Amino acid sequence: VDGPSVAWYVALAACLFGIGALGVLIRRNTLVVLLSLELMLNAGNLALIALSRHWHNGAGQIFALAVMAVAASEVCVGLGLVVALNRRNLSLDVDTLSELRG
Amino acid sequence: VNALVVASAGNVLVWMVWVVAAFSCLASGVAVVTFSNPFYSALALIGNLGSLAIMYLLLSAEFVAAAQVLVYAGAVVVMFLFVIAYVGPRRETPWSGGPSWQTFGAIAAAGALLVEIVVAVGMQASGGLSHSGSVGSDFGTPAWIGRVFLVDHLLAFEITSVVLLVAAVGGVILGSHARRAA
Repeated sequence: VDGPSVAWYVALAACLFGIGALGVLIRRNTLVVLLSLELMLNAGNLALIALSRHWHNGAGQIFALAVMAVAASEVCVGLGLVVALNRRNLSLDVDTLSELRG
Repeated sequence: VNALVVASAGNVLVWMVWVVAAFSCLASGVAVVTFSNPFYSALALIGNLGSLAIMYLLLSAEFVAAAQVLVYAGAVVVMFLFVIAYVGPRRETPWSGGPSWQTFGAIAAAGALLVEIVVAVGMQASGGLSHSGSVGSDFGTPAWIGRVFLVDHLLAFEITSVVLLVAAVGGVILGSHARRAA
């Protein structure tokens, strides 16, 4: 059973990455920007796993697991920032959060 | 002849599952980006993660598919939903008079990124990605992953745990700082 070749998976990953990048660039709600970032990370994971199978090399799957851990860390810190902003009654609009001064 | 029929039927079945998973993956990705309510975006992300887990199963990466469902749908999305519920409904400030240059710029930049990826991958791997080989039956199983992870890539494993620890400490510091300021 072959199924689709790896090029199909990589093409799908590229499309998903483009959708995620569009969300990061176009949306202004911090939470939705973080969700779109997850889409981009998952597109990278899909390409890694497809190519890992293509070259019979386990390192791709290991790297995908490491990417998952990094995504979890990023959500932990990002959502911590969102909660901190909310406690200070600041806007969650990324256009108004353009400077780092508190 | 019988085995050939079975094999081609299996191939068709894999293609059908792939097409359904790819379609739901792209559709839920578009839904994540386009829903105006972040709660629905987070729910759409669950669909995206589920269809990606099906892709991983097709790619004989069983352990990564299980970890995907557990870590993402189980932990990350639930955390997102809690925070979205905690923050409450917040309207995005409406666009001032139709789509701005920022929207066009964002669409152009994302399209350019997509074209760049396609061109780079296509030129780098032209023809090399078309054939598909078969892998051993233990490829992607938890036992195999455990051996690769804890024997071949032990340093990456330890660095991952340190990254997670630092992120957890950072999350705690961010939360406690906000409490003192309030």
